[in-house]
Amino acid sequence: MENLDQLVQDGLAAVEQADDLKALDQIRVEYLGKKGVVTLQAKTLGKLSAEERPAAGQKINEAKGQVEQAINARRDNLERVAIEQKLAAESIDVTLPGRGQDLGGLHPVTRTLQRIEQFFSKAGYTVEQGPEIEDDYHNFEALNIPGHHPARAMHDTFYFNPGTLLRTHTSPVQIRTMEAGKPPFRMICPGRVYRCDSDMTHTPMFHQVEGLLVERNVSFADLKSTVEEFLRVFFERDLEVRFRPSYFPFTEPSAEVDIEWGREDDGSIKWLEVMGCGMVHPKVFEHCGIDSEEYRGFAFGLGVERLAMLRYGVNDLRMFFENDLRFLRQFR
Amino acid sequence: MKFSEQWLREWVNPANDTHALMHQITMAGLEVDGFEPVAGKFSGVVVGEVLAVAPHPDADKLRVCQVSDGATEVQVVCGAPNVREGLKVPFAVVGAVLPGEFKIKKAKLRGQPSEGMLCSESELGLSDNHEGLMELPTDAPVGEKLDQFLGLNDVTIDVDLTPNRADCLSIKGIAREVGVLNSLVVEGPGIEAVKATHSEVPNIAVRAPEGCPTYIGRILRNVDLSAPTPLWMQEKLRRCGVRSIDAAVDVTNYVMLELGQPMHAFDRDEIEGGIVVRMADAGEKLVLLDGQEVELTADTLIIADHAKPIAIAGVMGGEHSGVSPKTRDLVLEAAYFDPITLAGKARHYGLHTDASHRFERGVDYKLAREAMERATSLLMDIVGGEPGEVVEVASKNDLPDDRTIDLREQRVADVLGVEIDRTTVEEILTRLGLHIGKLLKNGWRVHVPSFRPDISIEEDLIEEIGRIYGYNNLPVTEPTGSLGLRPQAEGVRPVSAIQNYFVDCGYQEAITYSFVDPRVQALVNPDDEGIALANPISSDLAVMRTSLWSGLLKTVEYNQNRQQPRIRLFETGLKFRQEGDRIDQQPMLAGVVVGNQLPENWANGRRASDFYDAKGELEGLFRMLGVEIQFAPGQHPALHPGQTAELLKDGTHVGWLGTLHPQVQKKLELNGTILMFELFLNSIVSGYVPNFKDISKFPEVRRDLAIIIGSETGFAEVERVAKKHAGNYLTALRAFDVYEGESLGEGNRSLALSLFWQHPERTLNEEEVHSLFSGVIDALKEELGATLRS
Repeated sequence: MENLDQLVQDGLAAVEQADDLKALDQIRVEYLGKKGVVTLQAKTLGKLSAEERPAAGQKINEAKGQVEQAINARRDNLERVAIEQKLAAESIDVTLPGRGQDLGGLHPVTRTLQRIEQFFSKAGYTVEQGPEIEDDYHNFEALNIPGHHPARAMHDTFYFNPGTLLRTHTSPVQIRTMEAGKPPFRMICPGRVYRCDSDMTHTPMFHQVEGLLVERNVSFADLKSTVEEFLRVFFERDLEVRFRPSYFPFTEPSAEVDIEWGREDDGSIKWLEVMGCGMVHPKVFEHCGIDSEEYRGFAFGLGVERLAMLRYGVNDLRMFFENDLRFLRQFR
Repeated sequence: MKFSEQWLREWVNPANDTHALMHQITMAGLEVDGFEPVAGKFSGVVVGEVLAVAPHPDADKLRVCQVSDGATEVQVVCGAPNVREGLKVPFAVVGAVLPGEFKIKKAKLRGQPSEGMLCSESELGLSDNHEGLMELPTDAPVGEKLDQFLGLNDVTIDVDLTPNRADCLSIKGIAREVGVLNSLVVEGPGIEAVKATHSEVPNIAVRAPEGCPTYIGRILRNVDLSAPTPLWMQEKLRRCGVRSIDAAVDVTNYVMLELGQPMHAFDRDEIEGGIVVRMADAGEKLVLLDGQEVELTADTLIIADHAKPIAIAGVMGGEHSGVSPKTRDLVLEAAYFDPITLAGKARHYGLHTDASHRFERGVDYKLAREAMERATSLLMDIVGGEPGEVVEVASKNDLPDDRTIDLREQRVADVLGVEIDRTTVEEILTRLGLHIGKLLKNGWRVHVPSFRPDISIEEDLIEEIGRIYGYNNLPVTEPTGSLGLRPQAEGVRPVSAIQNYFVDCGYQEAITYSFVDPRVQALVNPDDEGIALANPISSDLAVMRTSLWSGLLKTVEYNQNRQQPRIRLFETGLKFRQEGDRIDQQPMLAGVVVGNQLPENWANGRRASDFYDAKGELEGLFRMLGVEIQFAPGQHPALHPGQTAELLKDGTHVGWLGTLHPQVQKKLELNGTILMFELFLNSIVSGYVPNFKDISKFPEVRRDLAIIIGSETGFAEVERVAKKHAGNYLTALRAFDVYEGESLGEGNRSLALSLFWQHPERTLNEEEVHSLFSGVIDALKEELGATLRS
């Protein structure tokens, strides 16, 4: 029995020296296997007296346990090291870019239009569309712009023949909508419009949004709140808005809308014109078969590119239609 | 309209400064576009007098002058051709600073001392004229500061008037507005009738009274047109952007600027017989004052004599009958021409004059006589002469009607959204020159003066009240009115959903012009030329697009030329086709793809996009929208004949997908394999609404097979035949491999398919599946001549 302690000491030392799982297992067999040196100690019990046996048996069990514990601890350790090594070998460069398709982007004009449509849809406005090749009646006559009207000269119209043209504004859509339906109306019509003009600040095609609200009881004061709220939600700030008397043949009274945009050299507010608006002219109602004594309405119109330029800081209108990918990719 | 602030303040002089004044009129609807000082910034310039002029000993072009500045006499070397003894000129003394920080110092010019400088207009920032010294009147007080003498503490204000405000195309009109805004009385110069000193009158016949309801003429005899226009008048004209020419022209321009009545002066000796106002005979010719000869059209109102046209009415006079230094007797004209008759006429002849600008917008139809008296007296002050009687030929029936409008107090409140008290309304209207006649129970009867042709209905008056009251003083209220729920079909997807889908697939949205280059369009769509614009902006934007491809391919070219090899673009918008009498305007969706399918990187590699990439993206779109679209082999002139699919919905054509035809590609000078698609938006936006079916609890069975079949038999055909014989419980059929190779024999390919069956209520047994599978194989053999690949 004296050498039992020695055996344990040898076993623990061997476990400590085992540097892989296979060697460790051999040590387990050597000490704790059926024929292991510790196991074999049990056979010596027979030679002992009945009184000595329990104490000796317990000692052997303790020795077994000691070695077993050491083996388990060593195994856990070796396994952990092995996994760590494997994982270390599997590490990748997570800073390399991922696989797959890139994201595209909406054209800034569409992006702007979608925002505008969202604002007005939430306020109950429908989104209406109309033809881009228009007739003279819907583009001019019905909007109280007869043939000799000086306002026609300001429109620089593209013609196909004397009665057929490319719409110069989205206003004809309000005529078509009113012709086809019955008041009240709340609608906007976004779309392409055309003017025969091309230079630094004009492109022959651009986009407008026209809005129309017709109710029994609506006033210029209501128009003011609609326009002011729109501009504030669009630019996401509480900017100053002013209404300046102006002239459009299809509204009376008419106004142009300026927003505060920085400061002049002398510190005064720098105003920037962004929209036109007014109360629907009785002649326009008359053309659409609506009694202007019963209904009143307001209309407003805005240039989409202008708002997009202000919103995104674009400094050249012509870029919108060059479709340079280096430009388009900035809007995603 | 440009005007001088000083001149305006002679009529009405509010206490506000220039900036406040400009802000005030802008906010009343007369938008100030800009302003500029009437002279450059200078100091130390006085009225000088040239006392003596001697040649420069060492320079032919220079003169040595003795100049007085009122206090002392100095020597100045001057090179101007018009320098002469006795001349009064702007004199920059030593120490003066001229515009551009140009300091005047003592100098020596070719050896001669020079103390100061005699100035031209351009050197003082007064005009561009640098031909010689600015000549001041002989009575100019020597030594007075020039800016004081000329009243140069003034600005030119440029108002951008809307076309309805013809009444503000004069100092008088703007003064009226300023008077209303500041509650001030407006006072102009007193105008009195000039007494005739002889009985000679012009012979006037108006044969087109509709176009010329009023024509007034007067003869002014024995004038001296060598007399210069006085400096004060020249300065006012200059500050309103009008160049001084001679006294006759200057006075007519002056009256136009002051009162708003365009006028004209003829040389009486050049008028044969008398004045006839009539429509032109087509083909008549007239050389205008600007030297241009025009051929008149029959819809042009003209002034003629008994032999020939002498002016286009309300636009421009003729050269022949115009005044010249030789002119002795003048015929002065002041008329009211009908705006509709004159509309567009100036533009037709490529002209735009101050007169036509005013007549087209509507001149005060009662102003002509007053203007004639004003012009006569101004002219006589300058050129002398003997005035005759005024002759007026008027057709009352052709003049605009005097308008009265009933204005309801309630309507003012309804439209503006605020109640404005009666006295305010009355004061605004009255100061605007509108006469309140009868007081009505619910409002006013308002008489509209002849200078406001733009006011014809109640709303026009409400606008006047609103703008003078101030739009920004009106309240801000939310619109009321019921907001019902609006129907929204679940199966109909907004275009924005489609746009967002393509963005997710890596496409950039493009917006190209609706008018395109006809040469590109002829390649893309040779069978349809497209509707041509009558007045295109340029030859490469001349026809309406018949396909969105025309613009997209140009965009590909633009970007390939800028080192962008990978291009994925889509666009939505109308295409235009003439169909008999009507024009079809169809919303389309189109795209182009060229370059690597995935952005090039270490993992994505650099595989170029091919037909099946684009097809897969379209299939994904159709799944999203819930629409069934078939891809059938087809032929399109712009597409590769072997790589073209016609898109069909329920057998109807809805679009195309294919590879750009290599020949078209070569002509367009584009690189790479270009995939293109285009389809009718309206045919894909409405899809089905999901309808739930029970999920089967029973296992799915899969069987694979590989067949060898002629390459001309499309997968769709194989699929059709297989499905026909696969029974009711086939849940899916997929092609998992396609192979072509020599071992299969020429014209053959191998297709590997997997079929999936599943029964909703029980497990399918082996015999059933085997029987269906064999049936499929037999059908493929018999109907399509396929053989099973071992």
